[in-house]
Amino acid sequence: MADKIATREAYGNALAELGEKYDFVVLDADLAAATKTGVFRKKFPERHFECGIAEGNMMTVAAGIASTGMIPFVSTFAMFAAGRAFEQVRNSIGYPHLNVKIGATHAGISVGEDGATHQCNEDIATMRTIPGMTIINPADAIEARACVEAAINHDGPVYMRFGRLAIPTLYGDDYKFELGKGVMMSEGKDVTIVATGLMVHKALEAKELLKNEGIDAEVINIHTIKPLDRDMVIASAKKTGCVVTAEEHNIIGGLGSAVAEALSETCPVPVLRVGVEDQFGRSGKVPPLLELYGLTAENIAAKAKASIALKK
Amino acid sequence: MEQAKMTMLKEHANNIRLGALEAVYNASSGHPGGSLSIADLLSYLYFAEMKVDAKNPNWEDRDRLVLSKGHTAPALYAALAEAGFIPKEDLKTFRHVDSYLQGHPDMKHTPGVDMTSGSLGLGISAACGMALSAKIRNKDYRVFTILGDGEIGEGQVWEAAMFAGHYDLDNLCAFVDWNGLQIDGPITEVMDSTPIDKKFEAFGWNVVMIDGHNFDEIADAVESFKATSGKPTCVVMKTVKGKGVSFMENQCGWHGSAPNKEQYEQAVAELTANN
Repeated sequence: MADKIATREAYGNALAELGEKYDFVVLDADLAAATKTGVFRKKFPERHFECGIAEGNMMTVAAGIASTGMIPFVSTFAMFAAGRAFEQVRNSIGYPHLNVKIGATHAGISVGEDGATHQCNEDIATMRTIPGMTIINPADAIEARACVEAAINHDGPVYMRFGRLAIPTLYGDDYKFELGKGVMMSEGKDVTIVATGLMVHKALEAKELLKNEGIDAEVINIHTIKPLDRDMVIASAKKTGCVVTAEEHNIIGGLGSAVAEALSETCPVPVLRVGVEDQFGRSGKVPPLLELYGLTAENIAAKAKASIALKK
Repeated sequence: MEQAKMTMLKEHANNIRLGALEAVYNASSGHPGGSLSIADLLSYLYFAEMKVDAKNPNWEDRDRLVLSKGHTAPALYAALAEAGFIPKEDLKTFRHVDSYLQGHPDMKHTPGVDMTSGSLGLGISAACGMALSAKIRNKDYRVFTILGDGEIGEGQVWEAAMFAGHYDLDNLCAFVDWNGLQIDGPITEVMDSTPIDKKFEAFGWNVVMIDGHNFDEIADAVESFKATSGKPTCVVMKTVKGKGVSFMENQCGWHGSAPNKEQYEQAVAELTANN
C-alpha cells in the first residue's frame, strides 16, 4: 500500500487533470479550499464559479447550466449537498435527469473535530431515493480519480462521495474502474463482506483477523452504490451463505440497506450491518471516533462471525 | 406601439387565457388566477420578443423562459400551443394521467419548456445558470423568468438575486407578477414581500415598475432590460389575479381551483367577446 491520501484530495487533483481533456465547469459554495476544487480553480480560474454560502441556489444554477449542454461539477460538504439541498437535487437535477456531477466531500464520521452538524451519515440514503441518480463512494484515491472521469462520461446526474481523512491507497495506476460494477478484492467461502469507501481497507484488515481464526472471508468493494452490482452481491451471498456490510454511514438507508434489499428479494441470507447505528456523530479525533462508532476491522470481524452463526 | 401589433398581442393574450382555462376546466384542477395575470406578458414574450423556433424547440441559441411560478403552467402551455410548439387540442389533456402536460412544467416531455419548475423559488436559480452559461460560451441568447409575488418569500430567490447581481447577469430578465394575492390571502397579510422593487435594487438589479397588462409598458420594460449592461433586470409588474374573467379578478379563491361548467362557459363568453 502506498501513501495515505484523502479521496477529496484525489477529487481536486482529478478535476485539475481532467480539465485539460474535458469541457466542464466547477461550482463551489465557499469551501473550495476544503473540497479541493481550489486545485482546479488555480489552474482554470475562468471555469470555476464561486456561489457563496448558498447551496440550494448553487444546485439549481448547476441544473440551469446543464440544461444548456455544459457539464457542471458542484461541490460542497455532503451535509449541504445531500441534506440542505436535497430538494434542489431532487427537483432541479434528478427529476429532469440533468447532467450535473455532485462532488460531495466531508462525508461520514471521519470529518472529525467539526462534529455532528457536519458529519453526514445520511447522504447515501437520501440520494438513493432519487430515481436515476448514480451514487459513487470510492475506496481510495485511485478509485476517486477514476470515478470523476467515469462521471464525466456518464450521461445523467452523479453523486460522488469523498472523505476528508487520508486513507490507504488500495489500487495501482492500472486499476480499471467500471461504473456499476463491484470489485472482488479477495475471494473467500465462509462469509461475504461487502464494503464501501474507507471501510474497504478495514474489511481487508478484518479478513486477516478472521483468517487467524480459520475463517475464509470474501471481500467485495462496492464503489457504485446505485445502481448496485446485484449480480456480484447475489452470487457471493449464494456461495458463502451470509453477509456483512460495512460503510461509514447510518446503517439505515445506505449500502447495508441496498444489499439487504437485493438479497431479501433473491437469496435471503443473514445480513449484518456495520455502520453508524442510527446515531448522530460527535467531535473528536478520527481514530477514537471510528472506534466509538464501531467502524473498525475488529467490529467487522465480530459481525462476520455473528453472521456465520446465523446461517441455517 | 403601432395599432396592428397591439391588436395582434391582445388577440394572442386572449387566446392564451382561453387555452389556460380550457386546460384547467378539463382537468377540474389547476391554477387559473395566476395564469390569467401573466397572459399578457407571455403574449408579448412569445409574439414580440423571444427568439425561439417552434419547429426546433431545443435550438441551442434560443432565448429561454423559465416559469419559476410553475403552477401557472396552464398559461405557459396555452402560450406554447398558441406559438405552435404543441397542438392546441392537447391542452384539454392537462393533468390527465396519460398526458405529457404535467401539473407543473416538465422540460423532458414538453416541447418549448426550457426548465422543469413548480417547486417555488427554484426557477430563478436555473435561469441564473442558463444566463451564466451564455456568458461562459459568449452566446447572445437572453433568459427570461417569471416569479410570483408570493414565491419571492422563498429564501432561494434572494440567493439567486445575489448571484445574478454578483455575476452581472445582464442577459437575465426576471418578471415578478405582483398580483397581490397568494393562497392564504393578500401578500401583505400572509407574508409581506413589499417593497419588491427596493429589494431587487438592493441586490444590484436594474428595476422597472410597470402595469403588467399594458403592452406599451411591457415593451418599455424589455427595452430597459436590453439597454442595461452590467446588471440583471427585474420587472415588477402590477397585475390583476384572474385578469379578464370578471368573477375571478382579485379573488384569492381562484388561485388554485377550477371553474365548473357554468363558470367556464361564462368565462369563455367574456373572453370571446374581447376577440
